[in-house]
Amino acid sequence: MFKSTFEAFETFLFVPDRVTTGRVHIRDANDMKRTMIFVVIAMVPALLFGIWNAGFHHFQATGVDAGFWQMVWFGFKRIFPIIVVSYVVGLGIEFAFAQIRGHEVNEGFLVTGMLIPLVMPVDVPLWMVAVATAFAVVIGKEVFGGTGMNILNPALTARAFLFFAYPSWMSGDKVWISGLTEGTGVVDGYSGATILGQAALDQTHFVDGLGEPYTAWDMFLGTIPGSIGETSTLAILLGAMILLLTGIGSWKIMLSVFAGGAMMGLLLNAFAVNEFMAIPFWQHLMLGGFAFGAVFMATDPVSAAQTERGKWIYGLLIGLLAILIRVLNPAYPEGVMLAILLMNVFAPLIDYYVIRSGVRRRLKRAKVQAT
Amino acid sequence: MAEVIKIKKGLDIKMVGRAEKIYNKAPRAKTYAIRPVDFQELTPKIIPRLCDPVKVGTPIFFDKYNPEIKFTSPVSGTLLEIKRGERRRIIEVVVEDDGKDTAESFLQGDPADLTREQIVENLLESGLWPMIRQRPYGIIARPDKSPKSIFISAFDTAPMAPDYDFIMKDMEVDFQWGVNVLRKLTGGKIYLGLDGRYPSVKTLTSVKGVEINRFKGPHPAGNVGVQIHRLDPINKGEVVWTVKPQDVVAIGRLFKNGRYDPGIVVALTGSQVTKPLYYKTIRGTGVAPLLEGKLKEGESRVITGNVLNGLKIDAADGHVGFSDSQLTVIPEGNYYEMFGWIKPGLNKMSASRSFMSTWLTPNKKFELDTNYHGGERAYVMTGEYEKVLPMDIHPVQLLKSILYNDIDQMEELGIYEVDEEELALCEFICTSKIPVTKILSSGLKNLRRELEE
Repeated sequence: MFKSTFEAFETFLFVPDRVTTGRVHIRDANDMKRTMIFVVIAMVPALLFGIWNAGFHHFQATGVDAGFWQMVWFGFKRIFPIIVVSYVVGLGIEFAFAQIRGHEVNEGFLVTGMLIPLVMPVDVPLWMVAVATAFAVVIGKEVFGGTGMNILNPALTARAFLFFAYPSWMSGDKVWISGLTEGTGVVDGYSGATILGQAALDQTHFVDGLGEPYTAWDMFLGTIPGSIGETSTLAILLGAMILLLTGIGSWKIMLSVFAGGAMMGLLLNAFAVNEFMAIPFWQHLMLGGFAFGAVFMATDPVSAAQTERGKWIYGLLIGLLAILIRVLNPAYPEGVMLAILLMNVFAPLIDYYVIRSGVRRRLKRAKVQAT
Repeated sequence: MAEVIKIKKGLDIKMVGRAEKIYNKAPRAKTYAIRPVDFQELTPKIIPRLCDPVKVGTPIFFDKYNPEIKFTSPVSGTLLEIKRGERRRIIEVVVEDDGKDTAESFLQGDPADLTREQIVENLLESGLWPMIRQRPYGIIARPDKSPKSIFISAFDTAPMAPDYDFIMKDMEVDFQWGVNVLRKLTGGKIYLGLDGRYPSVKTLTSVKGVEINRFKGPHPAGNVGVQIHRLDPINKGEVVWTVKPQDVVAIGRLFKNGRYDPGIVVALTGSQVTKPLYYKTIRGTGVAPLLEGKLKEGESRVITGNVLNGLKIDAADGHVGFSDSQLTVIPEGNYYEMFGWIKPGLNKMSASRSFMSTWLTPNKKFELDTNYHGGERAYVMTGEYEKVLPMDIHPVQLLKSILYNDIDQMEELGIYEVDEEELALCEFICTSKIPVTKILSSGLKNLRRELEE
């Protein structure tokens, strides 16, 4: 009766003894499980930094002089439960669906389960994480047929759900630093606004909670407020290297997203009429969820464009749109999530035209040869 | 005229067990068989009855739907057995060998002096016609059609494939005869593909009446389908014929000597073979004497053909395929491996770089077995197949169009240009373990049925 569940645990412990039938007798040693595990490994640098960063900012906001391990422990206490909730809810639903449908449990959620916490603000209530995860797995994935069939990126679906359902918990200047919403012990005059949040208010210099200005190095290293996993461009680039070296992440998508973002940034710099537009284009690439989105979200192979040529167009449009939405739309200081979701919807169309052009090439060749 | 065409995409799978370049005369087998399963969509009708005597070249069965296409016995003896498989499908037609090699005689003559009809007739009667395959569909060529060109690939890039430079060295005269025969069958060109990786190779470079092209690149550079795609791609309604090099030699010998010469060189390869070597043997030979005393411990899978395009046969009573120049024996992979999917994998082979073996020991040869290494999943990764298919085709979209049986889309996406052997690497590399070639062959079957009904 619990065949799917049994098989899931059996294939977790062992690679099964199935052998090839048919004309091809050998198989590559790589499979879905291994691929997914490597994506999770690639996210670990961002996770580890996020854990430390949560602690760092909390103690900064409460004026406490804390040591490195104290910060890490604080962050861990805050973030580990979010990860647990995400995996338990998500995998629970996946197992149930697999059992009902009578097929093997798919490994897709191994990645989504880690992505969801990384895009959450650190003080997000656990019940919200549970609801968002359930929404993402059911509506964002299973309804379409499960792993491999979804149109939208499930982790972004979770975040978008929370963004529209509980906007005060997903934006503003308190949610990014642990303890600010609650308010106890916070240093007087401390502001938890992110750099983009400050830019949206037309500020000229970006400062941290205590009024010290931020440097580009801060942006790169990630000692700025933001969602748990998105702040450290360095950690994200480490993850990108893991994905690229193992051949799992698409370099075309990553490169074109960064290129598109840079292009739009340059364009806005050229026509800048306010402070937001004047942010140097290269800083945009390090702020907000841009780098995280480019490396971990846009590259989700199922929801991205699937033709090689299509990937360039898809990535470029994401980069262009993300910065455009971010800078020109006052309601969304962060445009990456929406840009990616929008392009998820357009990806099949992009692929369609790429394929049609190949078909036209073939038909033209037939006509030419026939004459 | 001899230009080098570079093939960039593909994958060379390095395996332990390439045959050493020494010839061995294969011991005589008790039985020899022609296997209808070697041919796509063949419904055989047996001619003689059991225990009837046959000579070399006596027809033993024909194609039910194309009765002029005959299959003849490679040895003299008696019709021993008709081996059947699932649903009474005929797997092998087995002849018991009497060792005498008494032969039928056929038309002998210089193809330049013969008409096309005479040549076709001779090939059909002697049972050599099935050596000519056609694209699309990969079936035996239909004698009533005239192809726009004929392709011969004289090198094989499949894992542990035989070295045709070695095999063909003493067969050049007969090969030229075969080419001359084929020239009469088409109004177009005969394309000969040679290995561009070793420019000093001299074998077959002086063949006349062909356009020689050299190909340089990883597997599947040696596949006829890839060469056709580059030089004379197949459009809807067109037909191209393909012939393997040793078959060209056999055709040449038929017209030169007036007899069917069933001799063929087969390379015994694979990590389960103690001493891989080349056998001089007869088509359809029983494999037992070839394998005796040569296999290592452990459960083995014996394949007629290579690991990417071959059929499993039984070690005790199986027979080599009609046009196969390779016999591969690899370990059977029916074992469980604890946490196999997370191990660093120094002795695992993968095209992905998530295994240490790929970047630490890139030239290592592997002892690959038949294990699936994972379960079947839906399509997730994209861009994998494209890395190993050097053709202007979108393979995943093509496979999907077959799955939902859209004939027009199948045609538009290039199904006429691919055969199972072109997509074999896609199946090897697929992270989701999807049965690619099974899907393709069912698609080709459905397509042919739709169009010819």
